[in-house]
Amino acid sequence: MTAVSDRRQLAYIASQAADARVNVELETEGMTLNIGPQHPATHGTLRIVARLDGEQVVSADPICGYMHRGYEKLTEVRSFPQVTTLVNRIDWLGSFANEVPFILAAEKLMGIEAPPRAQYIRTILFELSRIANVSLFLGDMGVQLGALTAVFYAFRDREYVLNQIEAATGGRFHPNFDRIGGLKDDLPKGWIAETRACMDKMRTFCDLMEDLLVGNEIFAERTRGIGVIPRDVALSYGLSGANLRASGVDFDLRRDQRLPMAWDKAEWKVWTHPDGDSFARYWVRLQEVRESTRIVDQLLDSLPSGPVMAKVPRIIKVPEGEAWVSTENPLGEMGYYVVSKGDTGPFRVKIRSASFNNIAVASWVLKGTFVPDVITILASLYFILGDIDR
Amino acid sequence: MSSTEAPAPPTDELREGLVARLRAELGDGVVDTHLVPGDDLWVRIRTDAWQAAGTAARDVLGCEYFCFLSAIDWLPSPYGKGEDDPTEPPPERSSAIVQGYAGGGSRLQVLARVGSVRAKVALTLKADVADDEPRIATWSGIYAGANWHERETWEMFGIVFDGHPDLRHIYLPTEFEGHPLRKDFPLLARMVKPWPGIVDVEPLPGGDDAGEAE
Repeated sequence: MTAVSDRRQLAYIASQAADARVNVELETEGMTLNIGPQHPATHGTLRIVARLDGEQVVSADPICGYMHRGYEKLTEVRSFPQVTTLVNRIDWLGSFANEVPFILAAEKLMGIEAPPRAQYIRTILFELSRIANVSLFLGDMGVQLGALTAVFYAFRDREYVLNQIEAATGGRFHPNFDRIGGLKDDLPKGWIAETRACMDKMRTFCDLMEDLLVGNEIFAERTRGIGVIPRDVALSYGLSGANLRASGVDFDLRRDQRLPMAWDKAEWKVWTHPDGDSFARYWVRLQEVRESTRIVDQLLDSLPSGPVMAKVPRIIKVPEGEAWVSTENPLGEMGYYVVSKGDTGPFRVKIRSASFNNIAVASWVLKGTFVPDVITILASLYFILGDIDR
Repeated sequence: MSSTEAPAPPTDELREGLVARLRAELGDGVVDTHLVPGDDLWVRIRTDAWQAAGTAARDVLGCEYFCFLSAIDWLPSPYGKGEDDPTEPPPERSSAIVQGYAGGGSRLQVLARVGSVRAKVALTLKADVADDEPRIATWSGIYAGANWHERETWEMFGIVFDGHPDLRHIYLPTEFEGHPLRKDFPLLARMVKPWPGIVDVEPLPGGDDAGEAE
């Protein structure tokens, strides 16, 4: 404890000295700007402590932990089926996608696989989560830059997708629908046609966002060349998902690993962008939503018939072992390192959430930027607080 | 686990190659390995070769992508799953420490996962840390992302990362004492009140079986 407070004191003295030096050399006053924990641009309670020299950020330190719920500890006192309730709430905008890698890890340890129909429906719901999650980002990015119009369309159109998720699972935000061995239920009657219509609406929504924001000169001015993350930095920080692909890395876990899911049954493309700036991150996500609607459409066309649940014992005991499963979630690579000791519950679960790595890069990328760009960059990195704090 | 139409090959040249290159680089720094063909790879590293292993993984194996770094406490929890009646004396529980894949010789183990986005392969590295004074070299100079993960591991498990530039709390308040993810750290919510969810499967009304295990 003493070492920590000593270090804090030293850091404080050093910062005072830095202020004094700045005053003498540049005749500007260094100041500390607290962005958050309660700030409209932070999507929750992330706090950024930024030291400024005039309009320029000298250093920025994200402070997290305001929403830490200790899920890794809680998983150790629960049984396997009970954990999905917890992990639902990690990335709350794309909840179903959080359940899938955990269930897959448990199934991997048990050596079972969901029936084909369940795999297809899982993939469809997974992609619907992505569309619901990322479409909100597509509108929200405009708000962060002062363009209010887009977000109203985003909230309206996201609701169409949430309605479909609710119709299939019973929950708008926390479906808790995935089970070890399959799914809780089959799809309701009429759902497939409704989802097709919904996907058409989402494609129109993407075109709208393209017109409103991507083609907007002010938007381009505010995002192009802002917050550039080069390829090697992105990899070293462990950025994943669209943030990594926007830095020119052609890597998508849906395509690049074998999982008992149905992504390989559809034709789709992994989009990358060479620039690594805020614009690139927005653009890649926009294309991703379009590809997701294509995946959903194709899987609905080829949906196999059959059961949605494999034969599993009523009391699930997972054999001893260790398993790592990660999937390409809306925010990036989401994975679970599950250790089982042959009990009804996991022995240890390490949750690798995408936003934790994605926001760790903030202190690197914010250094030397200007205050208005701080919000642009944070928004374009796209994090969910629950996904950082777990 | 492989998908249905493409069964896993019995040998895995890609991952065996990784092990061979890592052994050539580190010598006896590689203590043990566990390979599941076509699926995953675990390598246990000697504690003093941890930093060299990180550098070798990045520069020799081409695993530039940093996935995560964390730790495992292999001590079985002395509190079970929090299902005990607080008015009764706690039941006897086994405290035998049994490590997982690739073995181990200590209660606490550090594990990290790195991958190559070109070869589309990843591996998990493990290392023992001493029980009495858990410490290991930092990876923050090798993978920038390890900085935050080591801060989290330090506060959750009490493992000190030598050479870390900024080892302070990330989630918990600065004054917090103890290391919550260690197994001997009690989950207080379960200590004060029994949790009803511990009864997971109740007999169904008119059900034919009473929930057979296995």
